[in-house]
Amino acid sequence: MRKSKALIFEMSRSGRRGYSLPSCDVPEKLVDELLPRKMQRSEPLELPELSEVDIIRHFTELSTRNFGVDTGFYPLGSCTMKYNPKVNEDAAVLPGFALMHPCQPLETVQGALELLYNMERGLKELTAMDRFTMQPAAGAHGELTGLMIIQAYHRHRGDHKRNKVLIPLSAHGTNPATVSMAGYEVVQVPCDDRGLVDLEALKEAVDDTTAALMLTNPSTLGLFEEEIIPMAKAVHEAGGLLYYDGANLNAIMGYARPGDMGFDVVHLNIHKTLSTPHGGGGPGGGPVGVKERLIPFLPVPLVDKKGDEYSFDYDLPNSIGKVHSFYGNFGVAVKAYTYMRMMGAEGLKQASTDAVINANYLMSLLKKIYHVPYDRICKHEFVVSAKPEKKKGAGAGDIAKALLDRNFHPPTVYFPLIVEEALMIEPTDTEAKETIDAFATVMEQISKDIDEDAEKVAHGPYNTVVGRLDEVRAARSPVLRWEKDKD
Amino acid sequence: MGGKHYLPLTDQDRKEMLATIGVKSVEDLFSDIPQQVRLQREMDLPPALAESEVLKHLNSLAAKNKHFNNCVSFMGAGVYDHFIPSLIKHITGRSEFYTCYTPYQPEISQGILQAIFEYQTMICQLTGMDVANASMYDGGTAVAEGAIMGCGATRRSKALVSSSVSPFYRQVLKNYFNSRGLDLEEIPLKDGHTDLDELEKKLGDDVASVILQQPNFFGLIEEMDGVADLVHNHKAVLVVSADPLSLPLLSAPAGYGADIVVGEGQALGVPASFGGPLLGIMAARSKFVRQLPGRIAGETVDSEENRGYVLTLQTREQHIRREKAASNICSNQALVALGASVYLAAMGPQGMREVAEQCLQKAAYARESITALEGYESVFPGAPFKEFAVTVPGNPAELNKKLLEKNVLGGVDLNPFYPELKNTMLFAVTEKRTREEIDTLVRELEGWK
Repeated sequence: MRKSKALIFEMSRSGRRGYSLPSCDVPEKLVDELLPRKMQRSEPLELPELSEVDIIRHFTELSTRNFGVDTGFYPLGSCTMKYNPKVNEDAAVLPGFALMHPCQPLETVQGALELLYNMERGLKELTAMDRFTMQPAAGAHGELTGLMIIQAYHRHRGDHKRNKVLIPLSAHGTNPATVSMAGYEVVQVPCDDRGLVDLEALKEAVDDTTAALMLTNPSTLGLFEEEIIPMAKAVHEAGGLLYYDGANLNAIMGYARPGDMGFDVVHLNIHKTLSTPHGGGGPGGGPVGVKERLIPFLPVPLVDKKGDEYSFDYDLPNSIGKVHSFYGNFGVAVKAYTYMRMMGAEGLKQASTDAVINANYLMSLLKKIYHVPYDRICKHEFVVSAKPEKKKGAGAGDIAKALLDRNFHPPTVYFPLIVEEALMIEPTDTEAKETIDAFATVMEQISKDIDEDAEKVAHGPYNTVVGRLDEVRAARSPVLRWEKDKD
Repeated sequence: MGGKHYLPLTDQDRKEMLATIGVKSVEDLFSDIPQQVRLQREMDLPPALAESEVLKHLNSLAAKNKHFNNCVSFMGAGVYDHFIPSLIKHITGRSEFYTCYTPYQPEISQGILQAIFEYQTMICQLTGMDVANASMYDGGTAVAEGAIMGCGATRRSKALVSSSVSPFYRQVLKNYFNSRGLDLEEIPLKDGHTDLDELEKKLGDDVASVILQQPNFFGLIEEMDGVADLVHNHKAVLVVSADPLSLPLLSAPAGYGADIVVGEGQALGVPASFGGPLLGIMAARSKFVRQLPGRIAGETVDSEENRGYVLTLQTREQHIRREKAASNICSNQALVALGASVYLAAMGPQGMREVAEQCLQKAAYARESITALEGYESVFPGAPFKEFAVTVPGNPAELNKKLLEKNVLGGVDLNPFYPELKNTMLFAVTEKRTREEIDTLVRELEGWK
């Protein structure tokens, strides 16, 4: 059953085509008259040539070599792979949303602005922030936007010595790179033996060079930072700001809000918490919300409402400017808005409740079999360490491959870095008890398989369309595109 | 009612699960959140709607908007009304593609990984570059990241950007550079093109990146002869923002010496969606591969020598390299890139050439017809690809209002971006526009006073 799939270029036959244009109905001139010859392409254009049915079959076959949330359980920690409701997709492709130009006159985009306005109101209530921008196209983009706002705030006050951002070891993975993108230095803050940010170490680390603390709460260990109030106080007293990475907001909707915890800036991952699909890598959405005193620094434009009319407000003299060519991934916002309207306040809170029940339930099943380094009530996810299994010969990565053979998507592996052989498990709110039971049973079976024949587990998977792929070879001698002459 | 049907746990399930966990109530699971930060009320959100109600609501919002199906659009400036072949949505609508995450587990992600590899190849075929990534957020962020790549590669901290690069992209670029403490200088215009004498004057040995756009924001073809030599003589990097749909007709950027090619890929079968999701294109010569931001798919084999694909060169990336990463980008626009691959495959070399030629012909016809009218003048000399700037006899906003009465979305007013250009509009004419539609526009312009 193992086989490679031909590349689309290998299926190409000269003269085939997958689309036919209507003929040009304006009086035509010679191309040479319209375009100086030296500016014209002299290089051959080597795109593939296929009929429509070839293309459909090619990509349909590719889709069968792929696993999505619709295929099965996808407990990828910190990614919140919940079910993507189908009505969201139907809403986003309505021509009145999908076929709008970003420069259309305001009177022709009132429905879109009303949606953005309503969405912002919802996000404000969900997070206790005062204003939002929808421009950031992803979580990491939101982080960067948030840090830019914090930077503009400090610069505006003439406070130029703040060049450091504090990040706990249990922070979301993109945080350190974001800090560098914004021209800041990273200061790592350790965790204590409970897995929480070490408050004393944090107090030591903050000073008048601290621009901000970036915190994921609950953390990537799935633990709520119980000392958030003294933490916020320590940072604020030193003149720094608090940034909330919303990657894990799915744990606490309706229970607690970043704005009430003392956070000044937050980004949400609407492709996680608010159910929009991840598309094999994107598009996502990373709206950023801020407290009152940071509103002047938000990207332009903001969406305003006067009477019954909606408009774009560009009049923010201290704005950081723009982080996206237009207004961000509007189509993704349509999906998230649809979800919020379907769920309502009670539904969103129930989603967080169920996400937390599912995680704690799965943890209680798995801790009978695997080592759970931080064995306490978790939020939406928890971390297992496969260190004992690794000693037997099959670690976290091997357990992941064994799960592939049983039709489960594996958890996030080798992250967070503070747990050796980490498996970060997030079952989400949209999974049934039977699914979680079945996953636990399979995890138990894998544990037994490791006891019996760790070597075999270490060489899996066995039932997938390709076997374990040689990632070292891919990186050492990179082949990053198909080339004609190589055949 | 509402979206409760997305939540499969029954009350009985919850009861049993809490018992297994060993807690009495749900409340016990949230006892780690300090009372002071607990929300002591229900959130104040509109009531939950049933699916039928939510669709009614969204349809009513959508119905308030004008769009390409009930108007004829001449808007461009980076986002265009090109025809989108039907097969694209049927591929991107396969839920194995759209409901998966970034392919961290390659053995069950061969579909999206191979699709990304094919996308990378097609972007290289169009641009002549050696390597492309899996996508950036949009044209603006791709331009910014391309300029930053140049800084990384040269260990310099200054970029020169032409004023003929889209102002939408320059705003993003400026912000990224300002935040990071990098210097940015603009090269002025000369007759709507980059002033190459000014480029030469400004180009010192402290410049990392020079950013040009082809065709430029005004739809004009920039003179690229000798530019790369000039840039390379100062050991700087030439970054070109290209419209991929122009490339079947125009020289491949590799041909005139570009080092990094970025751009907006919306023209490749991507719905305009009020400006997003768009598609940021990022490609480069192989010597810059270590500076390339974002995901890259690469070919490898399994233990039985079956060919397969993985995400590779990850030591450039945020999750491995942390604060030393080339960029912080994680989520990208992968599904949009998949759609663009389907578009390119459906068009093939012949179809791409035809689309590009029809844009060229129809834009030329429209420009000639409009500038033949009294009061309408072409602003800049030179060849337009699919859009062109004209001065109009009055206020562009008022003109657009009049055009809207005939369900025509007119041009983009250039004054907010170029204060020196008064009563000047940018009209885009894609292959989708018919002669009749263009003639209607011309007639309406003629009758406008």
